[in-house]
Amino acid sequence: MSRTTLDLWVGFFVVIGMAALLFLSLKVGNLASANFSESYVIKAQFDNIGGLKVRAPVKSAGVVVGRVTDIGFDTGSYRAEVTFVVDTRFQFPRDTIATILTSGLLGEQYLGLEPGGDVEMLKSGEAVQITQSAVVLEKLIGQFLFNKAAETPAN
Amino acid sequence: MNGLLALVRRLGRGVTDAVWRLGFAARFFGLLLLYSGQSLLRVHLTIREVYFSGVLSLLIIVVSGLFVGMVLGLQGYETLQRFGSGDALGVLVALSLTRELGPVVAALLFASRAGSAVTAEIGLMKATEQLKAMDMMAVNPIARVVAPRFWGGVISMPLLAALFSAMGVFGGWLIGVVLIGVDEGAFWSQMQAAVDFRFDVVNGVIKSVVFGAAVSLIAVFEGYDCTPTAEGVSRAITRTVVSSALAILALDFVLTSFMFRGQS
Amino acid sequence: MSSNSSATLVQLQDVRFAYGERVILRGIDLDIPRGKVVAIMGGSGCGKTTLLRLIGGQLRASGGTVNVAGQDLSRLSTRELYALRRRMGMLFQFGALFTDMSVFDNVAFPLREHTDLQPELIRDLVLMKLNAVGLRGAATLKPAELSGGMARRVALARAIALDPMLIMYDEPFAGLDPISLGVIGQLIRRLNDALGASTIMVTHDILESLQIVDYVYFISEGRIVAHGTPDEIRASTDPFVQQFIHAEADGPVPFHYPAEPLAHSLLGRGAA
Repeated sequence: MSRTTLDLWVGFFVVIGMAALLFLSLKVGNLASANFSESYVIKAQFDNIGGLKVRAPVKSAGVVVGRVTDIGFDTGSYRAEVTFVVDTRFQFPRDTIATILTSGLLGEQYLGLEPGGDVEMLKSGEAVQITQSAVVLEKLIGQFLFNKAAETPAN
Repeated sequence: MNGLLALVRRLGRGVTDAVWRLGFAARFFGLLLLYSGQSLLRVHLTIREVYFSGVLSLLIIVVSGLFVGMVLGLQGYETLQRFGSGDALGVLVALSLTRELGPVVAALLFASRAGSAVTAEIGLMKATEQLKAMDMMAVNPIARVVAPRFWGGVISMPLLAALFSAMGVFGGWLIGVVLIGVDEGAFWSQMQAAVDFRFDVVNGVIKSVVFGAAVSLIAVFEGYDCTPTAEGVSRAITRTVVSSALAILALDFVLTSFMFRGQS
Repeated sequence: MSSNSSATLVQLQDVRFAYGERVILRGIDLDIPRGKVVAIMGGSGCGKTTLLRLIGGQLRASGGTVNVAGQDLSRLSTRELYALRRRMGMLFQFGALFTDMSVFDNVAFPLREHTDLQPELIRDLVLMKLNAVGLRGAATLKPAELSGGMARRVALARAIALDPMLIMYDEPFAGLDPISLGVIGQLIRRLNDALGASTIMVTHDILESLQIVDYVYFISEGRIVAHGTPDEIRASTDPFVQQFIHAEADGPVPFHYPAEPLAHSLLGRGAA
């Protein structure tokens, strides 16, 4: 094996290795669309975030517009504080409603944004005022049973 | 009583020897890094080793990657379908490959294919006095022989692991989409929604770099430290494969617990 | 070279060496004059090879001084030692050729590592060195395709690639047929004189050596027991030298490894 053919093989190896990495990044990891080059930060406080996780998607009308970056606890209001970034291409009015939703019955939880009608847009660092907490299945069932129990004597 | 004493004594000697070897390995690694500069300057030395450890491992990596992906496709679909989420097959295949199977299995294959070859080569050079001869010619064997082989392995490993994962995803696609008939759009889009570039792909690459360094270090060290006889070399090769496998799995646990703890 | 004035190239004074508990050398004094071929002889395992490795600086003496070209080896840094080794050539017992390179690349190795010469010039030099050992035609062969004697000659060409001032041979005659043996013997002498180098040869092949060397040292049990020119050695009445020359089984060098009496071992179970 002379040095030139050896170099050729190594070059070939590096190229297909890099191609595989590129494939993983773009096609599998979806780097191109998941990477928000320009984004702004929004905050929202919830009574209960359920199973929301950092890196969960932020969706509006089913389209991914951002990601959750941080989840904290506000000791003043005793509420959960969720920080998320939104792509600058998407602007939302100030009276937008933030909701924690579940994709499917048992799917992952995400943050839904429902735009309001305000003419002023949210700016970076501002907080969404109107929020709706996660639906907690246990509470729902408990409520259902309680209502059922309340109904029975009337019959 | 006498037997017990002998046992304790042997145990003690074993522990002392192990600590001794560990110390020598650490010193050896220091020397290796110290002399790496001058050997990395002569690029063709390392290129040659990338050929021997990387290019020659291509076939086994590509074929095994494909098969592992295909098995994941079959088994994964079988299980997911019970919960009615056969569409999530892409997620399962891609996540298990980029996070775990790609780096780990590729490193295990690399250890038995390239690591053992490196140990054998250096061990034979030692047994036939080639290393001593080189040293007498005022050429440092660590700089000339050991360091290029180490760096060749460190460079090859992430590329091989990426190739393994890519082939695996392809294999999963082949079984899932082409053979079983999972919806092509769902396969890719769910995969893309679930796999994060920085979190999953980059962490996988970091793992494979760490594994590459560990396997290469073990391989060159066992070769350099072997008893210079035919029997010593063959024992060193066995030790390379065994300790590499242990090191890969242990490091994988440590890295995983650092990288993925408490998230998703 | 500061020490050109001195007629002695290598000087050992009271050199002692031990591997852990096992004492190999117990105080060796010897001089290697410039331009001479000196043989160091002794039975297998008497520390001859250790002596060569001490002179090459691959081992450090546990006592005494090793002086090469006026430099005390124990005081040299690694860098200085490497600089000194570039002017030494060493032929290992079985050649120690690099098995993954051709004969040509083997001989070119020290030139490529230590000089910035043009490839054409290196080619010419290598072919000259190979020609000197009579193997110019074998340049493209791999070491695996060479016979033992040829491999030894290639290793010799490699050892002299940088025109060393000191050439060391570790058992150059071991395992060779009589013809190859004569060829190597003649080469050792011729190359020494042609290069103006000095030669140290470690061997136990006394008859071949006496024909080509200028001076002989005999080592036994870590000490020098006899020395002299080949004529003095042949005429010597020293019992050790006599035993060595005439290849007698028993003499000052005992046939038996030190042990308790045989009867004791067989009957008394003393060893258990």
